[in-house]
Formats: sequence, structure tokens, C-alpha cells
Amino acid sequence: MAETVETNRGTGLFKPGATMTASEVEIWFVREVLPMEAMLMHYLHQNWRNKSDIEDLRQEVYARVCEAAQKEVPEKTKAFVLTTARNLLINRVRREQIVPIEAVADLDELEIAIDAPGPERNAMARDVLRKLQGALDRLPPRAREVVTLRRIEGLSRPEIAQRMGISEKTVSEHLTRGLCALADMLYGDGSDLRGKK
Amino acid sequence: MSAAGTNARDVNASAAHWLERREFESWGEADEAELAAWLAQSWENCVAYWRLKDAWEHTQRLSALRPATREQAGSALRKLFRPMLLRVSAAAIAIAAIGAGFAAYLDGPSETVYATQVGGHETIVLADGSKVELNTDTVLRSRVGAHERLVTLERGEAYFQIAHDPKHPFVVMAGDHRVTDLGTKFLVRREDKNLEVAVTEGRVQLDTPDGRLQSPVLLTRHEAASVHDNKVYVTRKTALSLTNELGWRHGFLVFDHTTLADAVAQFNRYNRGKLVIADPATAHLTMDGTFPIDGVSAFTEVAQEVFKLRIERRGDNIVITR
Repeated sequence: MAETVETNRGTGLFKPGATMTASEVEIWFVREVLPMEAMLMHYLHQNWRNKSDIEDLRQEVYARVCEAAQKEVPEKTKAFVLTTARNLLINRVRREQIVPIEAVADLDELEIAIDAPGPERNAMARDVLRKLQGALDRLPPRAREVVTLRRIEGLSRPEIAQRMGISEKTVSEHLTRGLCALADMLYGDGSDLRGKK
Repeated sequence: MSAAGTNARDVNASAAHWLERREFESWGEADEAELAAWLAQSWENCVAYWRLKDAWEHTQRLSALRPATREQAGSALRKLFRPMLLRVSAAAIAIAAIGAGFAAYLDGPSETVYATQVGGHETIVLADGSKVELNTDTVLRSRVGAHERLVTLERGEAYFQIAHDPKHPFVVMAGDHRVTDLGTKFLVRREDKNLEVAVTEGRVQLDTPDGRLQSPVLLTRHEAASVHDNKVYVTRKTALSLTNELGWRHGFLVFDHTTLADAVAQFNRYNRGKLVIADPATAHLTMDGTFPIDGVSAFTEVAQEVFKLRIERRGDNIVITR
């Protein structure tokens, strides 16, 4: 009696092989790629020795992935992200001859990582509020206060400056730095990039 | 630290700075163009900005925790309210049936009625130069002339960009409520017994002509009032969430941690084939995304793929089950 609507019909936003507009790339990136960040960071950490390069590598992987996806939406996002990361690491090793070849520790791990179950987006969505709370708790206290005053009390920048007894410029700095840290904690686990080590 | 590492950190700092400006400062078309130019410089700029923007949008959930101040304001206003009746105009319904963007003249030439069908979207320019965009399934009566500027939103949703004229304030009636423009762009939506007014620029005043609402509520930029169950709630919105809410102006529905139930309700406003949630337990799932207003099949695909739900066609309806 009931007929199931076919999945590949209609105006699916991210059809593999299709091109995307810039705003579609943004949606695709946020929805498909960002949930992979913890896994990507794990991969980069395992395969690259110089920890101060990691943030740069992550950014470059994202940029390359988006550039390619605009021309052609990849079929499997996770495999695509990890393969891009691997190729980037290999090119780096070749280009910067200072880096010893062992820097790319074990590329076989790529295969293992690709086969491992990916982050379940559904579970992630439910997890967000808890993660957000955890991330906020780990922010520097002043940054946390700025975010809270803005988001919960809806105060303006001068109001926050006055309430906290700091300059507006300092409010801006707390917010921008806090935002970067918050993103690291929300998507990656955050401990490696801006932690104490 | 390597030079390359510094680069990524700088890009992130710039992206965060853009978001900070956008959040705190008045944001116009020139700023938007400047940001667009910065984004167009490189994919690195884009991904850094998108990533931080998404993180910042996540923190909007914190506003759910909004404590005392706003709540107290809400309860103070609540006391001023007595039960409000839903006014249904038989005339409006008859006219809506005539068709999209059709203007009929009633009571002489001074009153014009504009109506859109389900899924419709029309922009009209009134005699005074004010621009009104009508969303789906909307009926608006207008009486705009040299001495009076009065429109009545019988039902649906409209976005107003008002030609300012301090001598003749522009008034929108919505049921028992009156929204008076004080030089502005704003949105008025009626849905069942609820009313929402949101201001994107300038200020408006919300009250009732009979003085039932003793102290009128003044709404400024980025503030929204929702009136339901005979209570007024004032909240502050971000520029972004208002832009999302006005996505229909460009033919899009934008979901940001929207529950499945809300998303379905939004699609149903625009489409005749209705989505039905069969399993109440699934109604609370939340989702993000941007869809074409008529993109029901794109939406059901996502529901299938992300939430592992079953989609069945039953007659005109599309039923979502586990």
C-alpha cells in the first residue's frame, strides 16, 4: 500500500558528482566535514610530529576539500577528507626535505581509519548542548563571562565592558580568542591545540 | 612555531574578528560586501570563517538558559494582558481563494486587498513607496493614502520596508494588536493564535488600540516580540537568526537546531502536500540545514539518511515514521 519515496529522486542537496554554489559548499562543509574534525585531528596527530603545524594542516585540508567539493561533491566524505590529509602530508614531506620521512608515521593507518565507523551525526546533534556546556566550562573565565553576557543576557559590547570593568577592545579580544578555543573544543577535542602542552 | 602555523592562526583570528564585528556592530550592506571580498580571497578564509560561525551559532543554544531579566519582563507584561480573540475575516478567505498577488478593490478605491496562495511570495509597493513582501498563504488589506497609512494583516506573514514619514506613522494591525512603525524594517507573522513581530532595522511600537496593553512595548533592532496564549515575550535575536527567519524572501528555509516537528510545520506552510510525523518520539530530533522552500523531497532524503527514518507516501501526505 504505502510506497517509499526513492532517495535519489528530487533536489538532493549534496548529490555525489554534482557541482555546488559557494553557499552550498558552506552548508556541505558544516554538515558533512566539521563533524569529522576530531577524527581528522587524531589522524594528523598520529602522523605528523611537529605539533605546531597541526592547526595549519587542518586548515589546509579543509580548504582543499572544499575547493574540490565545489567542482564535484565527493561520494564518501570521510574517505575523501582522510585521503586529502594523507596526500597533503606526503607532499609536505617531499617539499620540506628537513622533515624526516618518519614524520608520516604509518599510512596504513589511513585504511584502518577509513574503515572505522564514522561519527554518527544524529548522536552528535543530541550531544551538542552537553559538549557546548563542557567547552564553556573549559574556557578562560573572562572569555566565558563575555560569551555568557552576550548570549544569555544579550548585552552589547559597551555594556559588557562596563559590567566587567574592562575596555571594549578587551571584550573583543576575549570574544575572538574564546570563539577559536570554543570551536576547537566543539569539533576536535580541543585539548591538543590550545591545551597546556 | 613554523611560519605556516602562524598563518592558520592569523586566518582564524581574522575570521573571529569578522564574527565579532558582525555580532556587536551595526552591520550593513557595505560590511557584507567587505566580508564577501575577504572570503573571496581564499578557501582558507572561507573554511575558517564558516567553522567559527557555526561554533558561534551553536552558542545560541545558551539563550535557552536565559534567566531572570527577560522572564521577569515577560511576566510583568503578562499581567497587563487579558484574553485575546482570534479574528477571522470571511472576506479575506474569499479573496485569498482568488489567487496569488491578486488585488481586489473593496469599499471604494481606498482599500486594496493583496493575497498569496500556499507557496506564494509577492512583493508589492504601496502608494507611499513602502515595500511589502508577502509570504505564503497571506492576506493583507491596505489603506494607504495621503493622510493615512494603515494595513491589516488578516493572516500569514509580511516583511515591511517602510518609507519614513513622521507625520503619518505607518500602522500594521494584526488581530487586536497594533504595530506602529518608527522608521524601520520589520516582520509581522500571524499563525493560528500567535503573533510575532521582529525588527531588523529601526524601531516599532507594539500595543492594542483599546489601551488594553497599558504600557506599549517598544521594539528596537534585532528584538522580537511573540504574543501567544495572551502573553507577550520579548527576546533579542542575532542578525543571523533574523536572516534565517527571513530566508523565505530568497526562497529558502533555514534550520538551525530546529526540531523535526518545527521543520515539518514550516514546510507545511509552503506546500500543499503535507508532511506528517507519525511517531511523536521523532518530533524532538533537531537538525541544521538550508532547503529550497519547495524542497520537500530533499528534506525527506535528509530525514531518511541522517535520522534513519522511513518516508511513506499516503495519498497527498508524506508520512515520516521510524
